[in-house]
Amino acid sequence: MRPFTYERATDAQTAVAAVSRPGAKFISGGTNLLDLMKLDIEQPSHLVDISRLPLRDIEELPDGGLRIGAQAANSDVAADARVRTRYPVLSEALVAGASGQLRNMASTGGNLLQRTRCPYFYDTAADCNKRDPGSGCSAIGGFNRIHAILGASESCIATNPSDMAVAMTVLGAEIELLDADQAVRRVAITDFYRLPGDTPHIETVLRPGEMITSVVLPPPPPGRQKYRKVRDRASYEFALVSVAAVVSTDQGTISEARVAFGGVAHKPWRSVEAEAALTGRPATMDTYRAAAEAAMRDAVGQGHNDFKIELAKRTLCRTLAQVARAS
Amino acid sequence: MIGQPLNRVDGPSKVAGRAPYAYEQWEAGQPLYGFIVGATIGKGRITRIDTESAERAPGVHMVMTHLNAPAQGPRDESIPFEYWRAQPVLTGPDIHHYGEPVALVVATALEQARAAADLVEVEYTRGRGRFNFAEQEDEVYIPKVVNAGLPTDTAVGDFDAGFDSADVRIDQYYTTPYEFSMPMEPHACLVEPRDEDLVVYVSCQIVDAAQTSIASTLGLDPARVHVVTPFVGGGFGSKLGIHSETILAALAARALRRPVKIAMTRQQIFQLVGMRPTSSQRVRLGAGEDGRLAAIAHDVTMHTNPDVEYAEQTAATTRSLYAAPHRLTSHRLAPLDLPRGTDVRAPGEAPGMLAVESAMDELAHTLDMDPVELRIRNEPTVDPERDVPYSDRHLVECLREGARRFGWEHRPAAPASVRDGRWLVGYGMSAAIRGHFQGPTAARVRLEADGTAVVETDMTDLGTGTYTVLTQVVADGLGLSPDRVRIELGRSDFPSSWGSGGSWGATNSCTAVHRACLALREKVLVAAGGDTRSPLHGLDPADAVFSDGNVGIGGASEAVSEIVARNHPEGVEAEGGTRFMGDDPNYTAYSINTYGAHFAEVGVDADTAEIRLRRMLGVFSVGRVFNPKTARSQLIGGMIWGVGAALEEEAVVDPRSGAFVNCDFAQYLVPVHADVPDIDAVILDGFDDKANVLGAKGVGELGICGAGAAVANAVFNATGVRVRDFPITIEKVLPGLPLLEA
Repeated sequence: MRPFTYERATDAQTAVAAVSRPGAKFISGGTNLLDLMKLDIEQPSHLVDISRLPLRDIEELPDGGLRIGAQAANSDVAADARVRTRYPVLSEALVAGASGQLRNMASTGGNLLQRTRCPYFYDTAADCNKRDPGSGCSAIGGFNRIHAILGASESCIATNPSDMAVAMTVLGAEIELLDADQAVRRVAITDFYRLPGDTPHIETVLRPGEMITSVVLPPPPPGRQKYRKVRDRASYEFALVSVAAVVSTDQGTISEARVAFGGVAHKPWRSVEAEAALTGRPATMDTYRAAAEAAMRDAVGQGHNDFKIELAKRTLCRTLAQVARAS
Repeated sequence: MIGQPLNRVDGPSKVAGRAPYAYEQWEAGQPLYGFIVGATIGKGRITRIDTESAERAPGVHMVMTHLNAPAQGPRDESIPFEYWRAQPVLTGPDIHHYGEPVALVVATALEQARAAADLVEVEYTRGRGRFNFAEQEDEVYIPKVVNAGLPTDTAVGDFDAGFDSADVRIDQYYTTPYEFSMPMEPHACLVEPRDEDLVVYVSCQIVDAAQTSIASTLGLDPARVHVVTPFVGGGFGSKLGIHSETILAALAARALRRPVKIAMTRQQIFQLVGMRPTSSQRVRLGAGEDGRLAAIAHDVTMHTNPDVEYAEQTAATTRSLYAAPHRLTSHRLAPLDLPRGTDVRAPGEAPGMLAVESAMDELAHTLDMDPVELRIRNEPTVDPERDVPYSDRHLVECLREGARRFGWEHRPAAPASVRDGRWLVGYGMSAAIRGHFQGPTAARVRLEADGTAVVETDMTDLGTGTYTVLTQVVADGLGLSPDRVRIELGRSDFPSSWGSGGSWGATNSCTAVHRACLALREKVLVAAGGDTRSPLHGLDPADAVFSDGNVGIGGASEAVSEIVARNHPEGVEAEGGTRFMGDDPNYTAYSINTYGAHFAEVGVDADTAEIRLRRMLGVFSVGRVFNPKTARSQLIGGMIWGVGAALEEEAVVDPRSGAFVNCDFAQYLVPVHADVPDIDAVILDGFDDKANVLGAKGVGELGICGAGAAVANAVFNATGVRVRDFPITIEKVLPGLPLLEA
């Protein structure tokens, strides 16, 4: 760990001003950043602690949506009665992540920005274009069981590890950002994350000095929601594959469907292909299979993770069957 | 008290933070902090090492490399037990495995040491490393002996003839991965120079081995090395010997004349302490239609480090588990440029029984026979390879009692036949056996004038309960209540023991302490008998009873404290001990083992192949039990490790670099609480009078023996998919699952 200076921000405006100095970084719960600093992967010279900013509330919006403050703890969001009843997919995704202790510390904004769990990203002796642009990708041709099957590039096959962001993607969340000039902008979560391309070190569209202030959930989409996370052990593991689904049916026909995958790509993967294959079709296993095939049409395995393609298909089919039956 | 479920006597101090571990000792004042720099190649040579910027970094006191490290004693292969050998570090520019220490940085603060470690510049020429076991499996050699001095190969009868003429034959290969002991307390050491002596606070399992090894590495008289390790946060074999952090801390402390401490990071443990070798095991079983084995063969190939040979005794339990007239076992080693193989909980049995007990399940399935019944039919009357009687074998009782308690009769007879919602449900079982060991251990017990008893031995407590069981033995031995007993452990200034390991710690140290108590009673009785002021004066000591702090003979009685205070105001003490098993005729005349039977129920998600344990039961026979509470904890811990070995645990080597890739707990998976819903261990009453005078045998490692196979066999019963390449992960089961149903 390199020496760094630390300050605690008292309001959002001073926070974004403080982070404008070179080498500065925000810290909130620190559940990911501190580990990365110890391993010399992140090397901030100055930390601006935003964990105590007054951004912890979950507010009702006039349109029936919710605004979740960026500093709201993952455990608080998961337990919020409005989230649990109107956005159960989000609550389920949060509870499926990490451990109780980590969820108590981890913030909503920090969760959105957590780095990949690719082991080569964590090993400073290994080549990694995300950590050290231009050095190469050790995961390609290496141990890549947890890696991407969709949207990867020759530069990077890492995955985004968040569960929460997958649920927010299926819900069509928007992320509110504040920059050093005090300007506010909103970005749809699907636009917030980038695919790796040849710049895998640039993971989001956040501009230097911008801070996430909140996540806005639009009114809940019609239908039933479900988050299904598949992993080797029953708890405390990142998803091999996860599915967030929202489906509404009308007399046995799917009237609206939304599907997002986790653990399969550099970003939470909203599958418009699967959604198109579902909408207007009968709520049957044949339809789900067609949707799964559509979702994975462009999937490519890297060797150890080949099984994730079939696993994603099966997980999607089962999740859709459960959601559609219930609705 | 022996046999009572006494709570851990050290529990309150642990909960209150008054039980310091090696890294937490502050007697020596503020230490400096060391951080190890590891090689980033797997094989080759250092061509340049530049420490200048690291030395100039804030807080740095020294940077040690092979260029300036003091000369150290060589590894002496003639010393029979390797943990007593010297462990030199930074000996030259050659790199033997990834992560090998190439430098030590010592600084005022840990963060400074770690930051400066990143500034040490090392350039290498890469050599051609052998990192891929599958590619080297044919490049094997035959070790002279295997671990614990056991023979490499054995043969009884005519295996080929017996196997070829058998009605039913199983011939399968099973593979097991690299696995690590990952104690909660990392490998850590604090060394304080005190004049010409060194006080070494080190997390270790065997104090005598640590002292000898440190002294011979540093070229010191062992009497000048004072090892202190009152509390150890788990070892599981990985702390039987000392490691590079101990030698580096000692070298730095001597050079700087300051206390220095070093703890390995979790990631470093994966590269620096050694692991259970990966294995490929061929198991052949030939049986009659009645299930009786005619032939059994277990041929094992494992990796070894080329410089430090380690041959895990993986086929050894197959030598005494089942009867069969024609038998074969063998061990072969494939050298790889990886960290050394080492003892990881139940070395030999853990990977070996995964294979053999899976094969027995395959045989039962082929014969369409209940797997419990198959094992009962192959129960031997004498140890089939040593041709000596068993001391106290209760495997069949374990099998029957386990089956009864578990409800084995509800086992789905046909694989993949039971559904519970999305779960495919299956039952599996396995037998368990483990050899019992005895080693030289001494202990001293002193009665103080106030009537308290103090035990001193360099025996360790790894969290297993040594303090507690020794308290119970003394309470019984001297007729004292437990709160009048104080146990002092883990100092090389105390009588020497074989420490904790091989499941021998409790029986060795309890037997030694028991004998010390007997000798001490004699001294108390002699004192009372010759003391005219004692009401016991002149009475026959053969009738003496020690209880409630008193000595009674007939109707007369006196407090032990009064006898001691009057006759031995400075206290009175006695020693007791145990012998090396090779010098104890019982261990030659009998096959002394512990036994068990595991029963597991798993659910396998019919869509995703996620495997979840639903419940598990182990029934064990270990002779007499000192403390059923701590023994049960040990057994359950082993069973859970077995679940992990079956389903999760695997350290992956990147064959391009020789590095372990998944070297943290987010990626090297072991069971978490949610993976272990309902588990119990039942211990049968027993007393093995051939093992020792207390009738007790080792417990610690038995729990893992066979546990994984019970889970693996349950997965087969649930799905009809037999996975022979451990661990059984999703990708290995998924292709065998039926198509998704509506």
